[in-house]
Amino acid sequence: MEAKTARTLLVDALLGGLVAAAMALPMLGVRLEDSANGLSLSGRLDWVAWAVGIVAGGRLLIGLLRLLLAGRVPSPPAPPRAVMAYVGWAMVAFALVLPFLPFSGRNLVDKATLVLIYVMLGWGLNIVVGLAGLLDLGFVAFYAVGAYSYALLSQTFGLSFWVCLPLAGLLAATFGMILGFPVLRLRGDYIAIVTMGLGEIIRVVLQNWQDVTGGPNGISGIERPSLFGLSFKMVPPEGKQTFAEFFGLEYSADHRVIFLYFLILALALLTNLFTLRIRRLPVGRAWEALREDEIACRSLGINPTLVKLSAFATGAMFAGFAGSFFATRQGFISPESFTFIESAVILAIVVLGGMGSQIGIVLAALLLVGLPEWFRELQQFRMLAFGGAMVLIMLWKPSGLLSTREPTIRLKDTS
Amino acid sequence: MLRIEGLQSGYGRIQALHGIDIAVTEGEIVALVGANGAGKTTLLMTICGNPRASAGKVWLAGEDITGLPTHHIMRRGLAHSPEGRRIFPRMSVLENLQMGAARGDPAHFAQDLERVLDLFPRLKERLAQRGGTLSGGEQQMLAIGRALMSRPKILLLDEPSLGLAPLVVRQIFEIVAEINREQGVTVFLVEQNAFHALKLAHRGYVMVNGKVTMSGSGAELLANEEIRAHYLGGGHG
Repeated sequence: MEAKTARTLLVDALLGGLVAAAMALPMLGVRLEDSANGLSLSGRLDWVAWAVGIVAGGRLLIGLLRLLLAGRVPSPPAPPRAVMAYVGWAMVAFALVLPFLPFSGRNLVDKATLVLIYVMLGWGLNIVVGLAGLLDLGFVAFYAVGAYSYALLSQTFGLSFWVCLPLAGLLAATFGMILGFPVLRLRGDYIAIVTMGLGEIIRVVLQNWQDVTGGPNGISGIERPSLFGLSFKMVPPEGKQTFAEFFGLEYSADHRVIFLYFLILALALLTNLFTLRIRRLPVGRAWEALREDEIACRSLGINPTLVKLSAFATGAMFAGFAGSFFATRQGFISPESFTFIESAVILAIVVLGGMGSQIGIVLAALLLVGLPEWFRELQQFRMLAFGGAMVLIMLWKPSGLLSTREPTIRLKDTS
Repeated sequence: MLRIEGLQSGYGRIQALHGIDIAVTEGEIVALVGANGAGKTTLLMTICGNPRASAGKVWLAGEDITGLPTHHIMRRGLAHSPEGRRIFPRMSVLENLQMGAARGDPAHFAQDLERVLDLFPRLKERLAQRGGTLSGGEQQMLAIGRALMSRPKILLLDEPSLGLAPLVVRQIFEIVAEINREQGVTVFLVEQNAFHALKLAHRGYVMVNGKVTMSGSGAELLANEEIRAHYLGGGHG
């Protein structure tokens, strides 16, 4: 028995090393050198050896640790409901005071805004993937629809951000329905493939429809939002007041950064509140039941078409809100911001968060979007640290950070 | 209550039902027995509209329901406990029951819940538990309970004995009899376990290769030599 486990450990380590060698040989092993006699290739086998050694050694170490710790360290129990509620409120409270804390500056608030965009997108996609179980790989399309809706409506008709926000949500939801139709008959992986294609179609259309979208040049000079007509510009437009003037503050560009931060915080919390409420309503319950078993749903008289379309439309609507926010924050949008990798990141946030856990998504967004930002000082090793963090999560929590599902209804007394 | 005439259906080019005639009157328990692959489940699914019938008619309480979409059929006082139970594994028992009432009037949810929990006291103990963690028998109880939450006039049961211990099978069949007796729910039962099903049923049908070959009262069929030989293990049932 002992010998057998030792052998499996060694074989595991060896296999890991082989995979590492196969990956490292082309990527690390060969170096293109630009010398006086032109380009030449030089080997860098020592790097490959290091990579293989680290991977094989790491695999052996993990195997040994698992063996030694097996049974000794009880896996942490899922945090009780009450604790999670407190954690949630604590997070909201922290988010509310964050811009005013002594250590926070413009840079931090800006990064927090970015993370919050992804939290909101994660919560939106969670409706489609986590609740309704429809694996959507083209979510960024609705984000793009929201962003372009705002940009075009505001530039063509001069509408304000607050008028455009619901319109952008509505347009994105409509697109959600339209794109939902071809997906209705499909299941599982096939949904992923088709939605991925649809997401790309939207991007390609944006890229090539020069007259309307500006093509690859995008749209610039997008109107910034105002607070009840108070502008955040240094010089207000004709007949308007600035925020700083109204409150008797000295003008600072930070005001707008903080305002945008609170705006996305409010939008994200709205998404969260919506999800928490709708899970208790028949529609939300039907989404979850559909994820569990479509045939059973049919036999209970539920119309799967309506349920799927409503999930697609709702998720898309929140992506549309997030998209308008993105456009107003950047002031400039182009198809480059809406590539497939964005969809993949949002999906990774949902999956890593534990498919359906609201707090899990916040943690995952912090990890996936926040971490690379904070690691910028590591420069070229940034992605290495990021990859390492991902590997650790998959080892430690293979089914997502918080993967327990909360029932939406309880009886107070079951005796 | 439920009348089926010349019903044909199948999957793609493969025809599974070759003209079925069955009638279930109000207040009855009717059992349809047959071997694996005879088309029993297909019949129930076709009644529910998925797959659609290629020929023939289905009447429910005097109304022609052939060709209606499934979710419309299920709103007409018909409930279906599907083969393999198909409970929602990650949702709690209570949520499963709630889903059963999805199409009903929320006003009588509490009353229906109490009725179902009285029938299945085991579910009452497990309300907060996830459906997937229940035992097979409990899952079957949950599937029947979930179907009853919509206040059906007729209940279609697909193989409630599937994979269950004999003691549990007896328990579940007793409850089915009770549902029929006390609550006046008509039951159409599809079973491989011919002995139990025919003992429970007022009338029975035997299905072979997509055709009904025999029918009669439960007792008659149980006494039939051919049935004893084919479905009841040579008379030792």
